[in-house]
Amino acid sequence: MHTAINKYSLVCNATINICGCFKRRSSHFVYHPERISNELGKTSKKNMYQAINSAMDLVLSKDPNSVVFGEDVGFGGVFRCTSGLLERYGKDRVFNTPLCEQGIVGFGIGLAVAGTTAIAEIQFADYMFPALDQLVNEAAKYRYRSGNLFDCGKLTVRTPCSAVGHGALYHSQSPESFYTHAPGLKIVMPRGAQTAKGLLLSCVRDPNPCIFFEPKIMYRLAVDDVPDDDYELPLGKADVLIEGKDITLIGWGTQVHVLLEVAEIANKDFGISCEVIDLVTILPWDKQTVTKSVKKTGRAIVSHEAPLTGGFGAEISASIQEDCFLHLESPIRRVTGYDTPFPHVFEKFYLPNKWKCLQAIKELINY
Amino acid sequence: MNGSSVLRKHSLKNVLSIFESRFFSSTSEATFETKPFKLHKLENGPSTTVTLSSEDAIKYYKQMQTIRRIETAAGNLYKEKIVRGFCHLYSGQEACAVGMKAMFRDTDSIITAYRAHGWTYLMGVDPFSVLSELTGRKSGNARGKGGSMHMYAKNFYGGNGIVGAQVPLGAGIALAAKYLGTGGVCFTLYGDGAANQGQVFEAYNMSKLWDIPCVYVCENNGYGMGTSSERASASVAYYTRGDYIPGIWVDGMDILAVREAARFAIDYCSSGKGPLVMETATYRYSGHSMSDPGTSYRTRDEIQEVRQTRDPITSFKEKIIGANLVNIDELKQIDKEIKAQIDDAVKRAKADTEIPLSELSGDIYAKPLETKVRGVSPFESLEHIRIGQAVNLN
Repeated sequence: MHTAINKYSLVCNATINICGCFKRRSSHFVYHPERISNELGKTSKKNMYQAINSAMDLVLSKDPNSVVFGEDVGFGGVFRCTSGLLERYGKDRVFNTPLCEQGIVGFGIGLAVAGTTAIAEIQFADYMFPALDQLVNEAAKYRYRSGNLFDCGKLTVRTPCSAVGHGALYHSQSPESFYTHAPGLKIVMPRGAQTAKGLLLSCVRDPNPCIFFEPKIMYRLAVDDVPDDDYELPLGKADVLIEGKDITLIGWGTQVHVLLEVAEIANKDFGISCEVIDLVTILPWDKQTVTKSVKKTGRAIVSHEAPLTGGFGAEISASIQEDCFLHLESPIRRVTGYDTPFPHVFEKFYLPNKWKCLQAIKELINY
Repeated sequence: MNGSSVLRKHSLKNVLSIFESRFFSSTSEATFETKPFKLHKLENGPSTTVTLSSEDAIKYYKQMQTIRRIETAAGNLYKEKIVRGFCHLYSGQEACAVGMKAMFRDTDSIITAYRAHGWTYLMGVDPFSVLSELTGRKSGNARGKGGSMHMYAKNFYGGNGIVGAQVPLGAGIALAAKYLGTGGVCFTLYGDGAANQGQVFEAYNMSKLWDIPCVYVCENNGYGMGTSSERASASVAYYTRGDYIPGIWVDGMDILAVREAARFAIDYCSSGKGPLVMETATYRYSGHSMSDPGTSYRTRDEIQEVRQTRDPITSFKEKIIGANLVNIDELKQIDKEIKAQIDDAVKRAKADTEIPLSELSGDIYAKPLETKVRGVSPFESLEHIRIGQAVNLN
């Protein structure tokens, strides 16, 4: 099967190596698969890149005025998310672009404002900064500045983000908070295969420009029962994955799985009942669900891979403080990446792993 | 077929001289003819007649072979999962770097993208240090903190991971040379893929506007990642894409042609005429990076054909043996020494240790506001420290 071991070893890293001839490296978290939901019909086992592929397949097949483009997407993209789409829908609808991120996003905005459903891929979230101007000044403000005469809501930018085990400085960052400072955008990060498909379909159909961050370590590692049919999951709504009474743990993307494991350990070894919330949509975020939870538990930890300062955890902490002040039993804590560039050989130290989260829980419970 | 042919054209004589050269090399200098250069907005270009001393022949051969060996070793280390992160190999493109470096003066500098291992070695870094950077160990050029794409040396500004981002930097480095009156030029390298990034054109404009001594070198290896240049660029005549900036096309598989073009470029830019664009037509044997097998967008036959007919090392070897500049035994001895040197470097790069955890927080700020880094683990704190010694500020 995977005889070309190196071929996508970036994402194979945390998976079981089928050949068994190389050392297996474990990831810093345990993946928690989604529960099967019968209401969405027949399901099949898919990993996250297959689920994303399936979402785009549905969009292209149902909406003749939709296109998928980006660097090397014609032959499947570096993470295989667009595999087979060129063959099925032709090169007029699935096409490679030159290496020009600012151009790709600007081009996508143009397509979208003229009425085409545009799904742009930026090969790594770390490469998206040349397009920051297009996203912040063009995409986010198109509707507002034209008094609603024009909008680019048909634009969705997909991009892989977050740690992968060995990505180093420019293939590991979680830059979501940079984009949260631009009202008008929607920013979404799925936690696995099943959520990825439903959320991507929602982003594509949402009448606002969306940035869809895909935690790249999940592409192969996250295997869920994914409904075969078309389904949408709500944007702007957080998921309460575990209900608890002592402390609220808030995360998104990969970090959700760290928090789920932390909640299990805290419950089993220390008898602490954690409520775990996946924020899902980072902009606009579901303040009500978070506030309701913290008012109940009286304690909160926000955890993300991005550095502490200016991370989205800061926004959530400030809001909790404003809305839940009299309910708090302890300060709000952020457990995050360090205020350092994303390190090459020290990734394991940098990441907000389960031990750091557990320590924070203990400190807040004993505050 | 080859980029250049020996001036003394009788092929029989060449063959005979190959036999002769097994026993002795008698010539100390030879003259060759390169493929014609293509020119854009230039009256005269580099000379197509080049002379080469036997001393330089050996030097260039050694440098190209060393780069090839380093890259082979890097590829193997990656496959063994000892090199993590990213790894982009330069095999096939050696003549570009060695040809340009041959003309560098002390005042000239260079900045490139992520295919940086060969350049790092040419700019004075030991292959062991290059390989240790790849393995993330403390003897690495950047103490293992940069990895494959981030290596540096005096007058070598990196090693940059983001496609095209180094190009405006190169213009800035060249402006500094002009401002300080060093007489130096900056070779600013990028690939055919990066040639489509908008910031390249911003840099072109500024450098022509202010007549900055910047040589924009587009190493055209035919593919921007997995997309061929024809499918990504409206014009593949990269040497003309500076529009108002004159340009030269050069056979990047012929080190002597590249050397002549570099000589011309340095003369041109340091005489105050402003920037120049230089396209080196080359080829990469491996995929874009290690995650790309490099065969899904081109045929194996294509790669094989380039290896057999245009390989920069093989063709140069034939040329210098044919001209009696070196003999086969000398080259065999050199190959053996390089192999031993790189094998040893690999061994040491594997055995070397990583930097201590305290260096995770090293060299973030020059004068940090606080001593401790924010956001660190509840178990131990990390201090802001300075470890590296800047090479650009003295």
